[in-house]
Amino acid sequence: MLKRLIPHPLLSLTLVFVWLALVNKFTVGNALLGVLFGVVIPMLTAPYWPDRPKISRPLKGFAYVAIVLWDIVVANVQVAAIILFKREKNIRSRWIVIPLEVTSAEAITVLAGTITMTPGTVSATLSADARSILVHCLDTDDVDAVRDEIKNRYERRLKEIFE
Amino acid sequence: MNFVVELLIACALVVSGVFGLVGSYGLVKLTDTLQRLHAPTKATTLGVGGVLVASMIFFYAKTGSLSIHELLISVFLLLTAPITANFISKTYMARHLKESDLPDSQTACGWSIYDEPPESRTGS
Repeated sequence: MLKRLIPHPLLSLTLVFVWLALVNKFTVGNALLGVLFGVVIPMLTAPYWPDRPKISRPLKGFAYVAIVLWDIVVANVQVAAIILFKREKNIRSRWIVIPLEVTSAEAITVLAGTITMTPGTVSATLSADARSILVHCLDTDDVDAVRDEIKNRYERRLKEIFE
Repeated sequence: MNFVVELLIACALVVSGVFGLVGSYGLVKLTDTLQRLHAPTKATTLGVGGVLVASMIFFYAKTGSLSIHELLISVFLLLTAPITANFISKTYMARHLKESDLPDSQTACGWSIYDEPPESRTGS
């Protein structure tokens, strides 16, 4: 019964929180309306979410977010420096292929998003069986170093969080 | 509002302006579409982020309560920017690149733009 009423507890919780943040004022009425959205929206959209995302270690997620936010700031400065101070012909863009160890769709999505937001790399596409990801690197000499950094810094942590 | 608060707000606004400008300049300077993708996904994140930080400090100093709207905007921004970039790069690859232009995928299947996933291949 409870499972049919709230098929995705995490989604419901997120919706309540986002609603309260949107109205920017905590009252009982707003909270009730938020709970209503948190129940109705997951029920209506349940056909699109066949599986529940499995998050085995949510606390590690916060550490991951902090690391990524810091890396985004660093990435901004690095890319700005490349744009401003490098001559066009000296910018060596490369493709990088990263074999994936994570298998869950959520983990791969987060990893692809992280790669795009962090230093000098944009994730371009996945292989058809989702076992490797194609990454475009703005400026690098050492393809292996970039690949190892992404694997050690992000993928290892995502593997702990989602699997 | 005292001097230190105004200084902080001004610094955040200047930082965001500089990064926004650099991101836009990157669009002009870089020549390849895939290279250009790097400028708006990164340099402008800090550009928008700076304005949001300035706005948060301003409203905290003025009303004394923390405004959550700015946090939500940055969350939505961080969620949507990679997806946009991914769609642009996929469209570019489908229209302008051939499979032979890309490195090998190192798995049994090719890249998803050019190759079918394994289930549908065996099923049909």
